[in-house]
Amino acid sequence: MDKRKLIYLDNNSTTPCDPRVVEAMLPYFFEKSGNAASRSHPFGWEAEEAVDYAREQIAQLIGAEDKEIIFTSGATESNNLALKGVFEMYARKGNHIITVETEHKAILDTCRHLEKMGAEVTYLKVNSEGLINLEELEAAIRPTTILVSVMWANNETGVIQPMREIAAICERRGVLFHSDATQAVGKVPTFPREVGIHLMSFTAHKMYGPKGVGALYVSRKNPRVKVTAQMDGGGHERGMRSGTLNVPGIVGFGKAAEIARQSMAEEAERLRRLRDKLENALLQLEETQVNGSREHRMPHVTNISFKHVEGEGLMMTFNQHIAVSSGSACTSASLEPSYVLVAMGLGDDLAHSSIRFSLGRFNTEEDVDFAIEAVTKGVNHMRELSPIWEMYKEGVDLSKIEWAAH
Amino acid sequence: MAYSSKVLDHFQNPRNVGVLDKNKKNVGTGLVGAPECGDVMRLQIEVDEETGIIRDAKFKTFGCGSAIASSSLATEWLKGKTIEEALTIDNMDIVEELALPPVKIHCSVLAEDAIKAAIEDYKRKNGLLEEPSQTTEQAATA
Repeated sequence: MDKRKLIYLDNNSTTPCDPRVVEAMLPYFFEKSGNAASRSHPFGWEAEEAVDYAREQIAQLIGAEDKEIIFTSGATESNNLALKGVFEMYARKGNHIITVETEHKAILDTCRHLEKMGAEVTYLKVNSEGLINLEELEAAIRPTTILVSVMWANNETGVIQPMREIAAICERRGVLFHSDATQAVGKVPTFPREVGIHLMSFTAHKMYGPKGVGALYVSRKNPRVKVTAQMDGGGHERGMRSGTLNVPGIVGFGKAAEIARQSMAEEAERLRRLRDKLENALLQLEETQVNGSREHRMPHVTNISFKHVEGEGLMMTFNQHIAVSSGSACTSASLEPSYVLVAMGLGDDLAHSSIRFSLGRFNTEEDVDFAIEAVTKGVNHMRELSPIWEMYKEGVDLSKIEWAAH
Repeated sequence: MAYSSKVLDHFQNPRNVGVLDKNKKNVGTGLVGAPECGDVMRLQIEVDEETGIIRDAKFKTFGCGSAIASSSLATEWLKGKTIEEALTIDNMDIVEELALPPVKIHCSVLAEDAIKAAIEDYKRKNGLLEEPSQTTEQAATA
């Protein structure tokens, strides 16, 4: 392989900060270094103005009002604030929360925490496409249900849940609807008010902004939603999230939102074309499959299982040149394969064999061509080394073998 | 997590990849692990019947870089050893040689299991086992 730059196809983990965003942020580290809560001098006024402007840029991206944007440190905090904040605020109404097995850990672990605090949580299953069943959702709603939390797009597969249909059910049954839209905002249209979402989490660093800043959309009218603050302090962000605002981060978040709003349609189309090219080329390899719905899916993501090849080993053949993620156990400390893929009914063996490719703004067609070549070569190499590929080729039924699990 | 240079070397230039004729009397085959666990190793030895020395060893592994490196290293170490010497190879020797991190120790355990399974298969075929027991390979092809 030639010595060329490292190609980044892991944009669902984080995106590079757009140079235009970096440029917008820079003055707010030194020249304009005021605290947005300082009301008594120009430094504070300048910072407050910058934050107000960014709030407007972000509100515009999601079709919300400025005051509906609560700044946080990122999507994990937004998810914590939404779930714990609603649980506390609406304790008199009930204690039941409905979510989905394939949610991000920031939702699932928060739910586990709330269960210890007396919450009852229903974890909806997904089908082989990664989608929830709307009838099951409706049936799960009880008089004590206070919140339904369903992610907009899945981080591992890019699968998009039927947001409008879920919102309609929540509306009819009078239940609040929260969505972790971390992977969707800035990449596809996400208008919570129009769709019927009451709380929505998202973050700057998945949309070419800086790390360490995120937001929670909280509906202010029809219905007026409130969440109990999870940090005590100066009462910032309408009392819902105390703490001095990260002014440079927020300025960058605002700029990232502005760029996303302008370029989203064109960018999504360009990335869809590149993703399809990559996906179709890799599916030419024998015994490969796309995981999750190909119809209801983000335009820049594909999750592919290469049978009889272990994901981490495969990545090792090209990770000097191409950065991707795997659903293989070996990439995590837990040694468990991806719970998202397993929830979709994939066997552990296929989950171990999966690779997630997530494209982004700075990828070119040349990157994709290079990736196709390198991954194809890697898969063929790993299959040469794989005893189960050899057995498969010899016609051995692998499911009939009594493997010694270890 | 970065890999040690020795793991990278074995991964990029795996030694002794391949297959020996498992039907030959002097070939022992060990197949350990499971696809569901993300690791399967097949390790084979060919023993010189006159000298009792392992004259060839081959492997194929489905697994991560550390699993491939562990089995590659195992085949290197097996060649030229007697069966008794081969049985003394300990997984911690592999851990040390490849500088495996704690999370990858199971790869070395699997390599040791594969060595033991291959030797057991050889012994069984040659009537060297004290009590006949079902080997991994028998189970694996049942």
